[in-house]
Amino acid sequence: MTIDLEMAEIAKVFFQESREGLDAMESGLLTLGATADGESINTIFRAAHSIKGGSATFGFAEVATFTHGVETLLDEMRNKVRPITAEAVQTLLQACDCLREMIAATEAEQPLDQGRIASLNGDITQILGERPTEAHAAAPVAPAAAANSAGSAAASADGGTSGWRVIFEPVVDLLRLRNEPTRMFAELGRLGDFTAHADVSRLPALDALDPESCYLSWNIEIAGEIPRPKLDEVFDWVDSHCRLEFTPTGRAAPAAGAQPVAQPSAATAATPAESKAVPPAEAERSPAPAVAAVQKSAGESGSIRVATEKVDDIINLVGELLITQSMLSGFADGIDPNDLDRLRQGLSQLARNTRELQESVMQIRMLPISFAFNRFPRIVHDLSRKLDKKVELKLVGENTELDKTVLEKISDPLVHLVRNALDHGLETPERRLAAGKPETGTLELAAFHEGGNIIIEVRDDGGGLNKAKILQKARERSLVAPDQELTDEQIDNLIFMPGFSTADQISDVSGRGVGMDVVRRNINDLGGHVQISSKEGRGSTIRIRLPLTLAILDGQLVRVGKEVYIISLLAIVETIQVARERVNTLAGRTEVFRLRDEYLPVVKLCDQFGVEPDSRSAEDGLLVVVEADGKRAGVLVDDLLAQQQVVIKSLESNFKSVSGIAGATILGDGTVALIIDVPGLIRSVAAQSGAAAAHAA
Amino acid sequence: MSTAKAAASADRSATETSEQYLTFMLAGEEYGVDILRVQEIKGWDKVTRIPHTPGYVLGVINLRGAVVPILDLRRRFGLETIDFGPTTVVIVLRATSGRDERTVGVVVDAVSEVYNVDPADTKPPPDVCGGVDTVFVKALATIEEKMLILLDIDRLIGSSIADELLPAVVAA
Repeated sequence: MTIDLEMAEIAKVFFQESREGLDAMESGLLTLGATADGESINTIFRAAHSIKGGSATFGFAEVATFTHGVETLLDEMRNKVRPITAEAVQTLLQACDCLREMIAATEAEQPLDQGRIASLNGDITQILGERPTEAHAAAPVAPAAAANSAGSAAASADGGTSGWRVIFEPVVDLLRLRNEPTRMFAELGRLGDFTAHADVSRLPALDALDPESCYLSWNIEIAGEIPRPKLDEVFDWVDSHCRLEFTPTGRAAPAAGAQPVAQPSAATAATPAESKAVPPAEAERSPAPAVAAVQKSAGESGSIRVATEKVDDIINLVGELLITQSMLSGFADGIDPNDLDRLRQGLSQLARNTRELQESVMQIRMLPISFAFNRFPRIVHDLSRKLDKKVELKLVGENTELDKTVLEKISDPLVHLVRNALDHGLETPERRLAAGKPETGTLELAAFHEGGNIIIEVRDDGGGLNKAKILQKARERSLVAPDQELTDEQIDNLIFMPGFSTADQISDVSGRGVGMDVVRRNINDLGGHVQISSKEGRGSTIRIRLPLTLAILDGQLVRVGKEVYIISLLAIVETIQVARERVNTLAGRTEVFRLRDEYLPVVKLCDQFGVEPDSRSAEDGLLVVVEADGKRAGVLVDDLLAQQQVVIKSLESNFKSVSGIAGATILGDGTVALIIDVPGLIRSVAAQSGAAAAHAA
Repeated sequence: MSTAKAAASADRSATETSEQYLTFMLAGEEYGVDILRVQEIKGWDKVTRIPHTPGYVLGVINLRGAVVPILDLRRRFGLETIDFGPTTVVIVLRATSGRDERTVGVVVDAVSEVYNVDPADTKPPPDVCGGVDTVFVKALATIEEKMLILLDIDRLIGSSIADELLPAVVAA
């Protein structure tokens, strides 16, 4: 039972690492075309190798087999036996996708998509089958053999062997890594008769000998027609902790001599597939062979994996600390004047420390936006092929950090925006040339900080929005009154209306008319804001403004009667004092006021929330103009109080969600204040006036 | 339904020794809650009202950084309301519903005693009481010739907050 649990735990780590490995493979593959340096192909190869090793260890035979084929191909590329072609890269990218699905299916314990696996396996086998000239020495590939369990061309090379010579040179730490050579010998014995000669040359003098270290290596001769995969299985557990060489004895032996010339860096190996037995550690043979660690060290920058809940706990504690501190500061104003100065001094120090602590704790949750941006090279690569467009993707500000939760939720909307820009924004090469623009279009994703917010921009230099067409569509669908005059900006932003698409043809890339409104809603739900600006023929820019974190909000405290509410500063456009003549009633009940050239509905918080206000008339209070979902409204409050950062607490954890309320926070005096859900408030007001209108009709 | 539940809980705990109940007063009646569910007892303090909630939800308070709702039990049970006095207290309870655990405070007239109640001595509430509040009653116990009304916290809190469906027996 405990072992099962432990294995499940380890398997989980494997799944996670495999995904990271696949990401690394993918980004490596995408750069392969441009720069054919040895390091990136090595990185890809290492990732594939780790996945193969891990999956075999956990008994995910299909994943292991599939990866083996991929690895073989990569290995040949790595050793320059095979050129890196666009088709091969494409196939490998598909293999990455397929592997990702296989891993997901394996993790969910669901059946694998055998058809897809087989067809990709076929593709890989076919590429492997096109023997490059240098590799003529290996036995010709028989398709039947390639399709057997190993699924790789390499397997066929051993068809004619009558035995193997195996050099098995484990790292010193082998025993400490809980591997037992005698067990492997026992397994070898099951495959056939063998003789093993121990090489004792590494043995130190007796006084220097560490009984837990393995100084021996072995020279093994095993007889019989044993397929390579069988041998691999025996050494599967240890193949990254030792140097392994397999040499077929018998008639295929000359092949072993032919290959190493092409592989000067790798230890001699009979066929390309076999050099996978040489771990990356071989290349970085360090005095202390921390083999397992070396494999992963490449992409990591001293990071640790921490469960989000743990971080959340700390954030909560720090939030409380902040509250206590401001509670104390408030308290200090009313006590013995003699000690006051020292107390104040101490408190201001506490305030500073608390704030710094809070900032650094919040930092834990912050991740660079590259986590979201990294998927775009692939998406753009695939889409531009599909759409026959030439696109250069520029990523700017990848290191801009934002909260993990925000990051996760912004990924999908961004994908949608990028697909849209590629499909509708950028033109085909011919049309670009005809318009006097460079053939290759540019798509730029940029992220930067601006005043406590993060701004993400998706810019393209495509055709821009067709304003006339948008306006016509909007009028057809009665989204805009026939005689209504709109500014260019207003027209552009019509595309965020539900059910709006001007695509002439519905493609599977975009254009179903769902999307932009969903994008906007998702961004609004995060407390953010999106707008588009575009110049016809010059391109469009979509600008997303997001809070850096969902845990803290810059709030404006407002007072209504005796109650205090908080409105997010992000939602506030301006605050004004209204003159009586600017306020009018519509249909006798809904009040509107004129703000420059717009009429905005007046939302009376006192009525919405059932509070007794100082005054019910708009001219005595203040109107806070708020905006959400592209709609504006004036929220009537009695007074504006301080602006401050507040720690957002969920009402749902002990209670339930309440309409019009986004959450709660604790103020400096220890009382709870509610945070107003601006989009929700505007929606409910719109629904109420709609109901009233229906009632009147 | 409630009969079956009370019987089941009596069976389950028959092997153990008696259970401890914290009792409190509400309009002259004495109610008991499982003491293991009581997180703390605190004095009545100002709450922040929440709009769009039933009258018995008085509002929320800050309980060491957590936002905790406060329910008025008199109003919840449809009893006559009184002004809060010096004995008025808030009993902070932990209720579970499904996998969620909630911390909720209930305002009562006064806390009374802690009693050991032998589950074998409890009786199911009579089915004939028509009031909705009988679904919150786990059992009745007799201590020193007094009747204690033992409350089912999870059901009380669940139905008060999350609008969880009341058992069909009561609805009918």
